[in-house]
Amino acid sequence: MDIEVNMKVNGKPVSGKVEARTLLVQFIREHLRLTGTHVGCDTTQCGCCVVHVDGVAMKSCTMLAAQAEGCSITTIEGLAAEDGTLHPMQAAFREHHGLQCGFCTPGMVMMGVDIANRLPGADEKTVRHQLEGNICRCTGYQGIVEAIMDASTVMNASRS
Amino acid sequence: MGEFGIGQPVRRKEDVRLLTGQGQFTDDINLDGQLYGAFVRSSHANARINGVDKSTALAMPGVVAVITGQDLVAAGVGNLVNDAAYKDRTGKLMNKPQRQVLPTAQTRFVGECLALVIAHTPAQARDAADVVEFDFEPSPAIASTADGLKADAPLVWPEFGTNLIVHWEYGDAASVEAKLAAADKRVRVQLVNNRVAPSPMEPRVVAAEFDAAQGALTVFTPSQGGRRLQQMLADNLLHLPADKVRIISRDTGGGFGVRSKMYPETVTVAFAAKMLGRPVKWKGDRAETFMSDYHGRDQINDAEIGLDKDGRIIAMQLDTLLNVGAYLSENGVRLPMEGGGRIIPCVYHVPDFYFSVKPMFTNTVCTDTYRGAGRPEANYIMERLMDAAADATGLSRDEIRRRNFIREDQMPYKTHLGFTLDSGDFDGTMKMAMDDSDWAGFEARRAEARKRGKLRGIGLASFIEGAGSRPVEGMRMRIDADCNVTLFAGTYAHGQGHDTVYSQLVNEYLGLDLDKVTLVNGDTATSPAMSVGTFGSRSSMVGGMGVKRTAQAVIAKGKRIAGHLLQTEAEKVVFENGLFKAAASSITLAEVAAAAHDPKKMPEGLALGLDEEVTFKNEVENFPNGAHVAEVEVDPETGIVDIVKYIAVDDCGVVLNPLIVHGQVYGGVMQGIGQVMTENVVYDADGQLLTASYMDYGMPRAAHVEHMEAHFNVVPAKTNELGVKGAGEAGACGAPPAIVSAVTDALKEYGIRHIDMPLTPERVWRAIDGARTEAAA
Repeated sequence: MDIEVNMKVNGKPVSGKVEARTLLVQFIREHLRLTGTHVGCDTTQCGCCVVHVDGVAMKSCTMLAAQAEGCSITTIEGLAAEDGTLHPMQAAFREHHGLQCGFCTPGMVMMGVDIANRLPGADEKTVRHQLEGNICRCTGYQGIVEAIMDASTVMNASRS
Repeated sequence: MGEFGIGQPVRRKEDVRLLTGQGQFTDDINLDGQLYGAFVRSSHANARINGVDKSTALAMPGVVAVITGQDLVAAGVGNLVNDAAYKDRTGKLMNKPQRQVLPTAQTRFVGECLALVIAHTPAQARDAADVVEFDFEPSPAIASTADGLKADAPLVWPEFGTNLIVHWEYGDAASVEAKLAAADKRVRVQLVNNRVAPSPMEPRVVAAEFDAAQGALTVFTPSQGGRRLQQMLADNLLHLPADKVRIISRDTGGGFGVRSKMYPETVTVAFAAKMLGRPVKWKGDRAETFMSDYHGRDQINDAEIGLDKDGRIIAMQLDTLLNVGAYLSENGVRLPMEGGGRIIPCVYHVPDFYFSVKPMFTNTVCTDTYRGAGRPEANYIMERLMDAAADATGLSRDEIRRRNFIREDQMPYKTHLGFTLDSGDFDGTMKMAMDDSDWAGFEARRAEARKRGKLRGIGLASFIEGAGSRPVEGMRMRIDADCNVTLFAGTYAHGQGHDTVYSQLVNEYLGLDLDKVTLVNGDTATSPAMSVGTFGSRSSMVGGMGVKRTAQAVIAKGKRIAGHLLQTEAEKVVFENGLFKAAASSITLAEVAAAAHDPKKMPEGLALGLDEEVTFKNEVENFPNGAHVAEVEVDPETGIVDIVKYIAVDDCGVVLNPLIVHGQVYGGVMQGIGQVMTENVVYDADGQLLTASYMDYGMPRAAHVEHMEAHFNVVPAKTNELGVKGAGEAGACGAPPAIVSAVTDALKEYGIRHIDMPLTPERVWRAIDGARTEAAA
């Protein structure tokens, strides 16, 4: 059964006719062709698919597109400024070599923004535990953790 | 040269694309009019295939075709390739079964591909795959490495009468046994090197299209370089001219050895695209990736050394059981001999060595190269022996190592299996690791932890790696009229940052800005004819030297052009800081590049353009090494181990980009931490895979270590002009022995001297509980 879904993605209204069982990540990747959001597992473990739903980190493989009806979604493609200036979290990942192959990266960055929003100034131990739901196989997490701590400071400073 | 050349922590050129969602992984690529594939996989570990009924599946909505092994046989598709040819000491060749792409008569492991269903949508293909009916006749299976060679073990290949592939030996068993018998002390360890799932974060994907008019096949898939895949597909499997097969990997989400292999899925999807004349795409899910990506490790080792009264090794024997799975993969059977064998007995001088390897078939997916590929196993054996030797002699763990290290004055040092170590400061590197981790101050930290009810331990591992394998690789450098450089490489970066590092080398040799350089890799249509790919920590040497050699070739041609323009002989022109100079006059590389494309300005007899391809060849590999120190705290009531600090000191030779090399070390260490702490592929007695998701298989997470640091002890390699030693796999060698050493140090008051990996809370708690029970009895 096809249903119609309407939401805002990266600030723009979108709509589509999808099978009712369509996951949010499928809608994002296959219907909107925003392929920065990745799928790395079948069981909500890896976090490669993390996006923001109404400003909160969410694994888009674990939510139906229909459940996002009327929501505002931000994907990795919507994080940098219009002029291409990287978000502080993206810039920090580059600065601290927080990515290698880049497959887990979009989810890591979106999760990092969420951690920085919720826990400004979080220490290393906290950041490591907050990343429980995101798996990276390349970096050993060291650069990711450093990036999130650093960006958190920058984001906090720009808020105050 | 300056802030962007060799040795600078240049931020990666690749990053902005990957950080903004602009990466192009294979599943991001969609081909016009593509159909979707889903595989039917074996639910039995060992079963005869009596027949298959496709009719229900073919009648399902949207289904276009169902392809089985019979279809491949009928079309003349060849078998998968293995060219190992080990012999035992009687001269008998190893048992070499053929592997069909899709088996027609017998399935030999759970998850084996049996058929491919093609439909208009992924869901239709998946639904129909569930109703392809195979008539199986199951028989008992064997999955266990410990039991695989027992007399009553079910046989994977009954025609051989044994699961043993070959009994390979090196050295003189009798001589070694005599020396062990005469030794002051004998020290023996028995070790399980657990089977692990390499698990790149990108599941495997194949998309293929066939242009019937051109007779040309294009296959998109994650890889570690496509040339060998192209050759196998063309020559052995689909029987097409090689120049009609193109392999493209845009971005690949992690390699770790397993992405370099030819898998049945690749062949079948390519075949389907050719047969149907329509593009076909298959995207594996994580469970399929667990079932069908080759696994790593899976050895059982029984090792013994004899020590003289000073604690020096006089002889060693090693018996290795290796589980290669149901078939011969491309490299699995080679790993103890050609992977670990390059270096074993690692950083130690062992005068007499006997080595026996018994690879075996079991009803499991194949094992093959995985980060380190035999070297982590070899180093683990040596380091567990050295800890045991420290116990036996009463020497400290560093002193027993120091007394046995191969010293710099013994180099070049020939290893037993014929490799030559050129450089390495093993004692100095160990000292750095001990200093950087405040080894001397450890007992105070142990005492402090004790007050909190925690058992703190510190562990040490020295190791060596063999990197830069198969050191022959092509590189092409093209410079256009505007002095933009394009590098065409056969190496293929899938996280290693080649675009950045090769650009740094161009900057170093030609003085051009990094953004003037573009790297093209991952496409057999543009990679040099002589290209092998990226694996075995080889790209810094073979790719780096390729950039240097092509830059030299460009400069040589540039001198002839500059000589012509400056009206002097090419021999009188020198190239310095981006300028071709002769006497008082000079001309920039940019001007030479422009002239090179202008027939009016080119000397007679020279081809237009600056476009040079060079094959770099080296006779030898390189030998990165290191010493790692782990500090842990064990909760004796729960068995939970916290890795509170991990210090890695690595000798990766000359460091081209410390940011990237640190990243390689951290990543390798974390994979080692995964193997030692949580990762374990488990098949049950019937050969069912119990660990086929991230719910059941323990991937290391960020919180598995509290803090890591990586430092360098730079000892340049003497065997390549860059002085580099590969950095990719070293970490995975160091972490397992360093952490087992630390945990057993923490538990020494219980008399626990070894626990097999992975050191899960349950295993640690059981060891403690067993020791307490024994003490109470």
